[in-house]
Amino acid sequence: MPNNNDHHISHRYDQELEALRDDVLSMGSKVEEQIENAVRALTEGDDELAETTIRSDHAINAMEVAADDKAVSLLARRTPAARDLRFVMTAIKTITDLERMGDEAEKIARLARQLNSTKPLKRHMTLPSMSAAVRNQTRQALDCLASMDAEVALRVHGEDEKVDEMFEGISRELLTYMMENPNEISANIDILFVAKALERIGDHSKNITEYVIYMVHGKDVRHTNVNRLDLDKG
Amino acid sequence: MQQPKTTEEPSQPTAGGSPRPDPMTEEPVAPANESSPEPPVTETPATKASKLTARDLNLWYGETQALFDINLDVLDREVTALIGPSGCGKSTFLRCINRMNDLIPSVQVQGEVELDGKNIYDPDVDVVQLRSRVGMVFQKPNPFPKSVYENIAYAPRIHGVAKKGGEMDDLVETSLRKAGLWKEVADRLDAPGTSLSGGQQQRLCIARAIAVSPEVILMDEPASALDPVATATIEELIDELRQNYTILIVTHNMQQAARVATYTAFFHLGELIEYDDTETMFTNPREKKTEDYITGRFG
Repeated sequence: MPNNNDHHISHRYDQELEALRDDVLSMGSKVEEQIENAVRALTEGDDELAETTIRSDHAINAMEVAADDKAVSLLARRTPAARDLRFVMTAIKTITDLERMGDEAEKIARLARQLNSTKPLKRHMTLPSMSAAVRNQTRQALDCLASMDAEVALRVHGEDEKVDEMFEGISRELLTYMMENPNEISANIDILFVAKALERIGDHSKNITEYVIYMVHGKDVRHTNVNRLDLDKG
Repeated sequence: MQQPKTTEEPSQPTAGGSPRPDPMTEEPVAPANESSPEPPVTETPATKASKLTARDLNLWYGETQALFDINLDVLDREVTALIGPSGCGKSTFLRCINRMNDLIPSVQVQGEVELDGKNIYDPDVDVVQLRSRVGMVFQKPNPFPKSVYENIAYAPRIHGVAKKGGEMDDLVETSLRKAGLWKEVADRLDAPGTSLSGGQQQRLCIARAIAVSPEVILMDEPASALDPVATATIEELIDELRQNYTILIVTHNMQQAARVATYTAFFHLGELIEYDDTETMFTNPREKKTEDYITGRFG
């Protein structure tokens, strides 16, 4: 991530990196908005909002393509090295995760539309707390991407475990409802899908925090026990 | 002492498992190095032994100091790139290794450069013999104004490496083959060396350097005067030569260093700033100066 008082000899290069960064961050805030709207469409039974959210997913896809183009052009024309290279790699990977998060949001909106048309269930109750946790995790992951703060990234990385536990809890809860009342199995499965989508969004947020750690420290922490890593550089 | 991969002290294992070379530190050189005339003990196989070692090397052009306490181990049969902005001392350092700087009257050298443990600045060293062990290829191809054949045969004849006609013919062919030039010039060995294309001339110069069976080949910007195709051919050649020769290459083209070198040393204002395996240097260097240079933040 180009630091403000630390310019390249080529101003254009700085501008290109900055443009890619802006693309990734605005894609991030669009995804955040989509997640929020999808969840609200469900909890508030807002069909119109569900429709809007479904229709808006293409915007995220378009942002993915545009940001990818910028990244490829940077690689081809600037052959970035060291932290510039790590930044471009981080951007490319983040873009992919963000696009998938957008897909999950769309999925939630579709499920919301479906659930809203059935007899209202009062069992969304545990879902809002999970969605709040996921949205919080997502926002923090995007924040640490913007500020390139590896310490925050490390902390947010650890929060995914809580989300996973919540998903586990909701699954068990839904299972008991389904056993109690077989008429509601179909709707409860839909809710389970919503929870699963939220859980996936949490995983993608976690991935983003891993990229941030890679960007800052140059260490790939995927598939490792992050807590045991000594991240002090040098 | 900076030495990639093989250090006396296996103190810095990284996540990747391979020992990192010493970081660029301000710490004093390990005393073992100063007291012992032998090359540092290495923990990796013999192929990773150091071929060349600079110890506290300082150099002045008249009053101006151009190299400051350079400590660097060049590993045997590896390609090591020297990078850095103009005037950083990389070419000066390169020229110390076959004592080319001796030719400049105002130059003063302090410290040691060891080739296989023997200081090449010792008074009993025969410079001509040294240069047959340490060959050099320059930025601009500089074939002798002689035939292709004579370009190769000249030095072996002087050094008495090969004498008789048949023996010399074989040597010329082998050298040209090693330099990847044989097929292109086999039918015009009598043509003047200067009649070849730029890329061919440079490979002729490499063949000429190889002919006397050197152990080390120094290359000072060997491809900077060549087009991309000829550059790729030279880089491919360097990749083949690494099997048998220790290669030190000075280049302004950082991507070239990234492509051909196993290890990269970054010089700045006459100091060795960082020395590490090339991948680390280009993805995650330790020193900010290195990072600024290779990312194009200063030049």
